Amino acid sequence: MLNNEELSKIKTARENWEEKVLNKTLEKSPESKEEFRSVSGATVERLYTPEDVADIDYVEEIGYPGQYPFTRGCQPTMYRGKNWTMRMYAGFATAEESNERYKYLVSQGSTGLSVAFDLPTQIGYDSDHSLAQGEVGKVGVAIDSLKDMEILFDGIPLDKVSTSMTINAPAAVLLAMYIAVGEKQGVSADKLRGTIQNDILKEYIARGTYIFPTEPSMRLITNIFEYCSKEVPKWNTISISGYHIREAGSTAAQEVGFTLADGIAYVEAAIKAGLDVDTFAPRLSFFFNSHNDLFEEVAKFRAARRLWAKIMKERFHAKSEKSMMLKFHTQTAGCTLTAQQPDNNIIRVAMQALAAVLGGTQSLHTNSRDEALALPTTDSVTIALRTQQIIASETGVTNTIDPLAGSYFVEAKTKEIEDKAMEYISKIDDLGGAARAIDFGYIQKEISDSAYKYQMEIESLDRIVVGVNKYQVKEESPKGLLRVDPIVGEMQTKKIQDVKSARNNDAVKSRLEALRTACQGTENVMPFILDAVREYATLGEICQIMRDVFGEYEQAVLL
Amino acid sequence: MSKIIRVLVAKPGLDGHDRGAKVIARALRDAGMEVIYTGLRQTPEQIVAAAIQEDVDVVGMSLLSGAHNYLFPRVVELLKEQGADDILVIGGGVIPDDDIPNLKEAGIAEIFTPGTTTSEMIEFIKNNIKDN
Repeated sequence: MLNNEELSKIKTARENWEEKVLNKTLEKSPESKEEFRSVSGATVERLYTPEDVADIDYVEEIGYPGQYPFTRGCQPTMYRGKNWTMRMYAGFATAEESNERYKYLVSQGSTGLSVAFDLPTQIGYDSDHSLAQGEVGKVGVAIDSLKDMEILFDGIPLDKVSTSMTINAPAAVLLAMYIAVGEKQGVSADKLRGTIQNDILKEYIARGTYIFPTEPSMRLITNIFEYCSKEVPKWNTISISGYHIREAGSTAAQEVGFTLADGIAYVEAAIKAGLDVDTFAPRLSFFFNSHNDLFEEVAKFRAARRLWAKIMKERFHAKSEKSMMLKFHTQTAGCTLTAQQPDNNIIRVAMQALAAVLGGTQSLHTNSRDEALALPTTDSVTIALRTQQIIASETGVTNTIDPLAGSYFVEAKTKEIEDKAMEYISKIDDLGGAARAIDFGYIQKEISDSAYKYQMEIESLDRIVVGVNKYQVKEESPKGLLRVDPIVGEMQTKKIQDVKSARNNDAVKSRLEALRTACQGTENVMPFILDAVREYATLGEICQIMRDVFGEYEQAVLL
Repeated sequence: MSKIIRVLVAKPGLDGHDRGAKVIARALRDAGMEVIYTGLRQTPEQIVAAAIQEDVDVVGMSLLSGAHNYLFPRVVELLKEQGADDILVIGGGVIPDDDIPNLKEAGIAEIFTPGTTTSEMIEFIKNNIKDN
């Protein structure tokens, strides 16, 4: 913070510059637009100076990496100690094909796995369910039973990798399968490292793979927090996700506000279930989007870290610094990829990835150039991974920690996003918390308003998308896209039949009934799910028991 | 004066990406059409039942999961079975160009891929709804 004398000197100099230099230029040649706005629609000033950051206390608000409020990063040495985890989200068709892709990615320098499941798996239906028709293996790998999971991780030692699984409503079941695969490999649960997404609130808001109503869903989540704190202590039990909120059209500040509001709801639910905040909060992790506006995104990541630290300390009275650290995974913004001139997407992804690194991400997925058209081919995924490796090895941006700190612009924007996000959180508090705000449709409406505005700006050419509304060319249809063979559905159905005829069906039945009783009561359901999984009960069978007891979520349809 | 165009915007299958569907629904509404949005996870049977019950002129489906080759033609087929093949059926989403000829063959009047403007879609609907 500057003293008044220094500030007034700066102010005088600015006024002098405006009068003698700037205004002359403006008279001769006005700026190209009346107003300059960020991707999120926030006003961007011509110039930022020490006056814009005069109220920010360096030690209190910015501080040092690895120290509260973590604005500059979670680790004291950041990428000088260790690069972020290069974690490519992948999965398609069968467990066999996906296993091959994981081994390829690891051989190319990927440092963590990230599993994409198909929609039937994410919604708790086996591949032979009528609603699974046409969807099996399409957006990810089909997992019906422990058998598929064994194949998925065949030859991949679970004590050597960390695995992130994008699974929400049936997260407990897939985690149980992962634990069971570990057992078969001789790796005990306390050695497993990874993350389950397990964030149901954003499914209601933006992503759509919910199964159960809010209350039993929150119970499943807190059951997982509790179980993992004892049995799987290195596991990140949730990845509270802004990614999909942003993909659905939110602004950067909404992404932070709504995500942290969801985070608050999970912490409150766990505390209500009797857990001590410092037992589970260190294993909470986050997941953000990295969009096109480089500086706005960097500011967003820094703002999210600072705001979460304050929330954990001041609102939830966490004692452990680990509980206050917002550690996050980043994915570049899928919604910015264009089907037109798809190679341009490589450039977009590179800049978005750079923003994530400048923002201090813990792990990163870079999208592939062809993802506006289909799932990515091996060649495209390799370029996406190389993009991260080039940033890490060639650009030098990892040499110093939080290199944009102290930029008048970035610090002012960090503060602005933090303040705006806090306004959203206060509004959600007034509505009775995130779950209630979702029931009212408040969060969904805010996001879809932003999405509509964005689209209209593209159509009116207020917003340029290269290759889409400017610089178009006539193009041939892209060739060589990845296609998932429709036969995958039949193959999975056959596998389910084989599993069901090989397993001990009496044992399966009794495990499922024990799970039903546990669901009806108040016990932690995790051990019961694990027991059922070990006997090769299918995902669909387990989820059906829970559907019977818990019922299903009904979406509020809003426009 | 021409009658107000009624449109059912539908999300078939298990896909949860509804940004596009919602943006389009609002744009059609702003263009003076009456729009009914189904919400997520609709089976082809549910979509057809809603289309008939709401007496719509157009069914617009949005799908990003890759299940379009099964779900889109299934809706057309069921509409035909119900004698409602005067309804204009259009679709959009992440749909490879190679799939489009077969979808059109199956009776989907047009497939709108990423980058299409809402005004192009509005024009298409106005020019192609079937008089009945």
